[in-house]
Amino acid sequence: MAAFVELAEVSVRLEDGRTILADLSLAVAEGETLALIGRSGSGKTTALRLVNALVLPTAGTVRVAGRTTREWDPIRLRRQTGYVIQEGGLFPHLTVADNVGIVPLLEGWTAARIRARVTELLALVGLPAEEFAMRRPHELSGGQRQRVGVARALAADPPLLLLDEPFGALDPITRRELQREFRALTRRLGKTAVFVTHDLTEAARVADRMALLDGGRLLAAGTAAELVAHRDPVVRAFVEAAAP
Amino acid sequence: MTGEILARLGEHVVLVGMSMALAAAVAIPLGIVLTRRPAWRRPVLGAASVVQTVPSLALFGLLIPLPAVGGIGTRTALVALTLYSILPVLRNTVAGIEGVDAAVREAGRGMGMTDAQLLRRVELPLAASVILAGVRTATVIDIGLATIAAAIGAGGLGVFIFRGLAMLDNATILAGALPAAVLALVADGALGLLERRLRPAR
Repeated sequence: MAAFVELAEVSVRLEDGRTILADLSLAVAEGETLALIGRSGSGKTTALRLVNALVLPTAGTVRVAGRTTREWDPIRLRRQTGYVIQEGGLFPHLTVADNVGIVPLLEGWTAARIRARVTELLALVGLPAEEFAMRRPHELSGGQRQRVGVARALAADPPLLLLDEPFGALDPITRRELQREFRALTRRLGKTAVFVTHDLTEAARVADRMALLDGGRLLAAGTAAELVAHRDPVVRAFVEAAAP
Repeated sequence: MTGEILARLGEHVVLVGMSMALAAAVAIPLGIVLTRRPAWRRPVLGAASVVQTVPSLALFGLLIPLPAVGGIGTRTALVALTLYSILPVLRNTVAGIEGVDAAVREAGRGMGMTDAQLLRRVELPLAASVILAGVRTATVIDIGLATIAAAIGAGGLGVFIFRGLAMLDNATILAGALPAAVLALVADGALGLLERRLRPAR
């Protein structure tokens, strides 16, 4: 399978000289979900933001669908990439329907087509439109907000999804539920996804493979089983900390 | 007397309405620019603050000899009132846009909004109530200040106040002061209502 997202020897350094990422190389195959795991400050969010050109590398290249993020028009790239952040980042002044329909609106879809798409997506994430379409984000529970966030990211049917700790603020039961649904959804729709989490168990549930970052460097990459069997002491420490 | 009060009240409302419209037309776009160019913020807000420190009666007087904006009459009064009204609106525009939740801004940028789309669809709607609060503050101050416009022949309710002062006649002073106070209260209440309607629910 061809790599849909590819980071080749990517470094990100700030103007003050701090290094956020150093020589990071990663590939995500088409249809695959890769989890980026690591502690706070390990650089995983920056690695994610490289993919939709919210951050540009200071060295190395990031390719999405064959083109580097410097070649892509950033607006076009982001319109074709679903982005979900913690708490969803929903627009508080818009209804659920308007939140979900915003990218199609920016893309110039007709009102009727947007309405049909919103209804379809809300059903897909388990929030029937007749009940939820006209609500505002503050009238939803945390789990419902994240469902709307996922629906919004899927609105223009992007091939790629980027998720930054999307379920981080949820209670364990809702979190489990959303992990299962997310996994089923990406498989069914054939989406490529990069999922940032600090939780190894979550990574194992939602992703095909995972990459462990520490201090801006890639420490290990592989399936959950491969990571658990890893010998490196830092990897072991991370795995053991996650074990119940 | 009632007829003249109404006429002067009309002049007063026009002075306040026009100067506020001008101030908003300058301060809101300028405030938006300042959120995009943080380096300009200090000098521009500083300049707007300096204008505010000039005693109002002196500002009206100082403008009179200036070409184009000066002279005796409504035009000079409008310039002075506009200058005074800029700062509260400018400050609140900057604060309102800066106050938009970083996660919401990140989501907008991440979904491929251009800067103009982010501004129009996200930042301005979310900042609207804060910006309007600045307009409200400026309007209430403006209604009081506009009474001074009478000193340079621009009319308004200040005409009664200056006449009453000259004649040592409290009733005449009140004929200007009371309608001005009521006008300020009404404007404050109406804009406050609008402000609450624009405030996004959390």
